[in-house]
Amino acid sequence: MSEKTFREALNEAFFNEMRRDENVILLGEDIAGGMGSGGKQDAWGGVLGATSGLMTEFGRDRVFDTPISESAFIGAAAGAAVTGLRPVAQLMFVTFFGVAGDAIFNQMAKFRYMFGGKTKTPCVIRTLYGAGTGAASQHSDCYYPLFTHQPGLKVVIPSSPYEAKGLMITAIRDDDPVIFFEHQAMFGDKGEVPDEEYSIPFGKANIVREGEDVTIVAFGRMVQFAQKAADELAESGVDCEVIDPRTTSPLDSDAILKSVKKTGRLVVVDEALPRCGMASDIAGIVSEHGFESLKAPIRRVTPQHNPVPFAPNLEKAHIPSPERIIEAVKSITGDTA
Amino acid sequence: MTLDKDQLLDAYRCMRTIRMFEDRLHEEFMGGKIPGFVHLYAGEEASAAGVIRHLESGAKDTVGSTHRGHGHSIAVGCDVKAMMKEIYGRQGGLCNAKGGSMHIADVSIGMLGANGIVGGGTSLSCGAALTAKVKKTGGVAVSFFGDGAFNQGMTLESMNFARVYNLPVLFVLEDNGYAESTSSDWSIGGGNPVQRAAGFGIRGEKVDGHDFFAVDRAAGEAIKAIRNGDGPRFVHIDFLRYYGHFEGDATTYRPKDEVKNERKFNDPLNIFRARVVQGDLLTEDALNQIDDEVAKLIDEAVAEAREAPLPDLLTLTTDVYVSY
Repeated sequence: MSEKTFREALNEAFFNEMRRDENVILLGEDIAGGMGSGGKQDAWGGVLGATSGLMTEFGRDRVFDTPISESAFIGAAAGAAVTGLRPVAQLMFVTFFGVAGDAIFNQMAKFRYMFGGKTKTPCVIRTLYGAGTGAASQHSDCYYPLFTHQPGLKVVIPSSPYEAKGLMITAIRDDDPVIFFEHQAMFGDKGEVPDEEYSIPFGKANIVREGEDVTIVAFGRMVQFAQKAADELAESGVDCEVIDPRTTSPLDSDAILKSVKKTGRLVVVDEALPRCGMASDIAGIVSEHGFESLKAPIRRVTPQHNPVPFAPNLEKAHIPSPERIIEAVKSITGDTA
Repeated sequence: MTLDKDQLLDAYRCMRTIRMFEDRLHEEFMGGKIPGFVHLYAGEEASAAGVIRHLESGAKDTVGSTHRGHGHSIAVGCDVKAMMKEIYGRQGGLCNAKGGSMHIADVSIGMLGANGIVGGGTSLSCGAALTAKVKKTGGVAVSFFGDGAFNQGMTLESMNFARVYNLPVLFVLEDNGYAESTSSDWSIGGGNPVQRAAGFGIRGEKVDGHDFFAVDRAAGEAIKAIRNGDGPRFVHIDFLRYYGHFEGDATTYRPKDEVKNERKFNDPLNIFRARVVQGDLLTEDALNQIDDEVAKLIDEAVAEAREAPLPDLLTLTTDVYVSY
């Protein structure tokens, strides 16, 4: 066990899986870097360095830098997966999904169903998401609800370096297409990550913190914010349970309903937009299946209905904060404390 | 490359099966027996038969197809009766009645699927070629696409990607005259598909799609070069489809007598028959016998499809994932 960054945790997962299974290949723009240039090879190791060193060990026959042609290489990942490889393709930023949307939504997601269950498409599309780096509207979106909407896809959102390694190993070994969301503001985050391989199952929520008064469900980077809020609320006597679902598809709604049954209160924290997002989805599920447990209205903590802004003060105001989570919790705990 | 007697018989059987399958679907659809909509391949038989005969059986070589995919599926060797059941939406359908006409596939024999998205199959074939390259199988991926798809970004990106990685892909442009109702002469900017492919550094040639032997020669040479490691190739096959874009299309955009003349003077099956009989390669009797056998097969396929039970409603939510 040692402390590693989110970037290093992902990198270990790739090394582990590529050594274990020769069918695992990597595809993406600049995932090694320097392709065809006269300078350094493996120059970038991916736009944020998560695939660094892999080309040096596994060569250009397994690590494919691609032209900036997401339609072609995400589609190729789908085609390679149905014919026997396990591609891990990087859609550099999830905001670019539009240029590869057909390959993801119409092809890989639907093969198994359209072909009557007679094929499998084991591929991972890893993608950067999230605000907080000043990347503005076209590099900061949180589009995981879109992918969650699509049957046939699995959707994974790791909340820490430990989660990133274990969930990536599971994703690469999974026989269905997996969309793996990596928050760009978390690549330098540090945490304990075992050196050895381990996998974290999909569809099993992590109870990050147990509590009695209110359930806070949060995704990805918001899990840290929810923990921070819960720490502060504990000082004022509010006992929060923090749940990280880890995957939005499959979603461990049982764990959420069970927690709400205990606490009677729910706050969902989602960096995705408020309309048709995960917060709305979970609020809907709990309203339908856990209504009798609720002692107070459900609160959603999300951005507002606007694209991600550039100016640092606007961007900060856009992203849910620990303060807004505390405010939401206090609005429904009232005199509990 | 000359074909022996058995190969000629196989090629004719393939084309006749496609023709009768499609002609029969035309009738069945008019009779209101088939749900959804279908896109028929009649008139284009020489392409599927002339190209796919150069592929090896099993899943080593692959075919990526289009919304007009029945012909490719038959040529690859998909079970004709299971295809008919699929199109009828019945139990025993090749894809368990989940896909229908536009998604017929049998990946186990290298048929990567008809595709409802124009241009959607081209990148999939690059992926199949990538598998062949990484696993060193020696396999070739054939990507059939239409004149409409030739103007899609996915196709152009795929041609570049295949060139950059020297992937073993044969891009086959089936130019049947119309993308839906829009003429390919109008929609393909520059008007010269072979030149467009050359712009990607991909060698290609234009072939008369009515002539099985011309398609067979061009595809054979291209696939041989690809197997030798030359990377992607391109073939532009020129012909006209007999039916509309979809069944029910009134085809008012087509000139009067276009299809009538096409059937009369340019039918690829008639041209094939004339060539092999005049050349003393096959007898009329042998060809007629195939016609009879295929007619019987199609009759049986339709009868069995009509009688097959509807899918169990419990299958509505199955086969979405391997595990969930």
